[in-house]
Amino acid sequence: MPDTPTNPFRDYDAAPYFCELATHRDGDAGARASVTSRIGLIGLDALRARAAAAEHDLINLGITFTVYSDATAIDRILPFDCIPRILTASEWRILESGVTQRVTALNLFLHDIYHERRIIADGVVPADLVLGNANYRPEMVDFPVRFGTYVHICGTDIVRDQEGHFLVLEDNARTPSGVSYVVENRHLMSRTFPDLMAGFKLRPVDDYGRRLLEAMTEIAPEGVDQPQVVLLSPGIYNSAYFEHVFLAREMGVPLVEGADLMVEDERVWMRTTGGRRPVHTIYRRIGDDFLDPTVFRPDSMLGVPGLIGAWRRGNVTLANAVGTGVADDKAIYAYMPRIIKYYLSEEPILQNVPTHICREPEGLAYTLANLENLVVKPVGESGGYGITIGPRATREEIEVARASLLADPSNWISQPVIGLSVAPTLTDAGIRPRHLDLRPFAVTGKTTWVLPGGLSRVALKEGSLVVNSSQGGGSKDTWVLVDEDAP
Amino acid sequence: MMRDAPLLARYAESLFWMARYLERVENIARLIDVTQTFESPGRESESWFALVRINADEAGFAKRGLRPTADDVKRYYLMDRENLTGVPASLEAARMNARTLRPLISTEMWMQLNVFHRDMTSIADHELHGDQLSRLCVRIKEGVQAHTGITEGTFFRDQGWYFYQLGRLIERADQITRLLDIRYHLLVPPFGEERRIAELTQWGGVLRGAAGYHAFRRVAPPGFTPVDVVAFLLTDTSFPRSVALCVEQIEACLTQLRSRYGLRGTVSALERVEELRAAILGRPVEAIIADGLHQFLDGVQRDLSVMAAEIGTAFFRDWRPLADDPPTQTQSQDQVATA
Repeated sequence: MPDTPTNPFRDYDAAPYFCELATHRDGDAGARASVTSRIGLIGLDALRARAAAAEHDLINLGITFTVYSDATAIDRILPFDCIPRILTASEWRILESGVTQRVTALNLFLHDIYHERRIIADGVVPADLVLGNANYRPEMVDFPVRFGTYVHICGTDIVRDQEGHFLVLEDNARTPSGVSYVVENRHLMSRTFPDLMAGFKLRPVDDYGRRLLEAMTEIAPEGVDQPQVVLLSPGIYNSAYFEHVFLAREMGVPLVEGADLMVEDERVWMRTTGGRRPVHTIYRRIGDDFLDPTVFRPDSMLGVPGLIGAWRRGNVTLANAVGTGVADDKAIYAYMPRIIKYYLSEEPILQNVPTHICREPEGLAYTLANLENLVVKPVGESGGYGITIGPRATREEIEVARASLLADPSNWISQPVIGLSVAPTLTDAGIRPRHLDLRPFAVTGKTTWVLPGGLSRVALKEGSLVVNSSQGGGSKDTWVLVDEDAP
Repeated sequence: MMRDAPLLARYAESLFWMARYLERVENIARLIDVTQTFESPGRESESWFALVRINADEAGFAKRGLRPTADDVKRYYLMDRENLTGVPASLEAARMNARTLRPLISTEMWMQLNVFHRDMTSIADHELHGDQLSRLCVRIKEGVQAHTGITEGTFFRDQGWYFYQLGRLIERADQITRLLDIRYHLLVPPFGEERRIAELTQWGGVLRGAAGYHAFRRVAPPGFTPVDVVAFLLTDTSFPRSVALCVEQIEACLTQLRSRYGLRGTVSALERVEELRAAILGRPVEAIIADGLHQFLDGVQRDLSVMAAEIGTAFFRDWRPLADDPPTQTQSQDQVATA
């Protein structure tokens, strides 16, 4: 044997956090130890060279997202970390059932608030939180959706605390993105690290497109024999355009832009070389506001005039349904454990992070008194924008947050800082612990299916808790080990 | 059971234009290569400026404040992003169309084009000079040829393939008329044997630019004349870049779209095919030359441009108002902006 490379894990120390690779768990069938030793055999230099080749691949393949700042648009790759995150079969059982439970409750909640509003009448959720919510859509009242499914595609952001307990950070019930990276990361991993993966039995991830198409077909208007599904995208300038391409390809359906569709006779048609063709299900990746300029924002160039009319006539299905934003709002989030109990008479399988609602006087008072120890988040934003992490903030940043809170308390919630779990990540300094989260994706037509694993987003900066791609996050391949005991 | 997948009008348009722009990129490289071959000592500027004239780019060239020198012309076509008939802008347009087409084209097609585009954005000044220029032209040609080969080997053969072919063939026919026209703009000695030899050298250059030199030698009569060269490039249906073969293949594509996919909008374009065929093959090449080759080539370019507009109206733009201005007659056509 030539020189054995120095063990790249020699200096690795995840304390005080829960480590996805190093912390002991039962039932991993030796997978964590094997991965650790195989990485040791590959060695740091080869690891770096292969990681660079993998990222080069991503650029050439155009697996990129677009970042907008100061009117310039830059195509970036989502940095890929080559050390996989491993979930055992029993961990996945918790996550899968927890996500399914949560999506079920979200759909029941949406049905209720757009119909009988029992949960409000019973005093479980305050009326103004629902009816006064910017994402509440009166157009949805009494409107039937097939199978009661409003949230067809849901991304649930989950973190792990220092004890290794899973906690839900937020629900993404509008147009969650990232699933394309789950599949592409696995492909990249198989190409670049076949020796690392050899012999492991992993739950596959490449079934997503087929499952999604199946759900989109199920929810098409009743009586349509072979429904035409399309994916509606804002177009090539959208930051998630690659994902739209990916999903359209995986489903084998046209990727359309607003101008490709038209409404005639309260039906939706797409413009083809052979004239108009009917459309039955639209997986839309544009926000409610932009769907139909005759109903919502009149300046929207992305939508289709008359779309909402055709939809209300039941001639086309939209996924996700209009008005789901009221359910994934950060203010409603605080009530999710109670919402689950209310509709399902079950204890939540996945807990929330404790949340203080600043629209409530006690929540505001507590938050203002403990700013240095809390994470303060605006309720309407996504993508990690506008967050202040108290323990990491400067005095000025704290004061800016305080001023924003006082100016509009109902726009804010606060949560304790969670010591997010870490995973070994390749950095310039070697293999180091970095914080990460997990976004599993659930697809719901008649029933709910959860893609095994999900997107593990990792904060590449040392100590950072912000994993969003727009804020310097990367991603990892997420392995779900096959349950050897399963029938 | 397999589904009969409809083709979005916008995709058909993007396929048509992606193919056109890439074919144009290859031909610009050919024109530049052949111009360098023609470059006669003492007359370099005239040789190079002929490139601007055959593309009808005089106005745009002057507007950029460029002078009719070899350097400025090369830069205008190889490095100037503002020049819509040049390599960078054409490649940019091709890539934008490919980006739109990503749900449809093969991953290999996208990846090659993405990488080719990136390579070409870094053309350096020194590559425009000396022996490096010819090597640059080879790189450009090979980039497009790689695209063509990957497309042939990986692109699904539904109706999109035919729109892709139509774009390629219309541009190829248009470009061969421009290559032929280069001869018209060149200066040759006025009389005698010297003129005859100079002419033959130049026609040899045109043939090489069209990758047809050796094929021509195989079929040309001994003691061939320039008329034989023109006839070869215009009418020989065995030569892949001849106008006649392009027209024949255009007809085949339109017929397929009509019979296999039931697209009825092909009628007016098919009529245009008939007219073009009659113009090219209806009378001896000697007669065409006697009446003025330049005017004839202009006419072919106009017909091709009208045909492209008819295909556009029939299949791409039923949902969008047509541009008010008719295409400038002898300039290369460009895609109508969609945003």
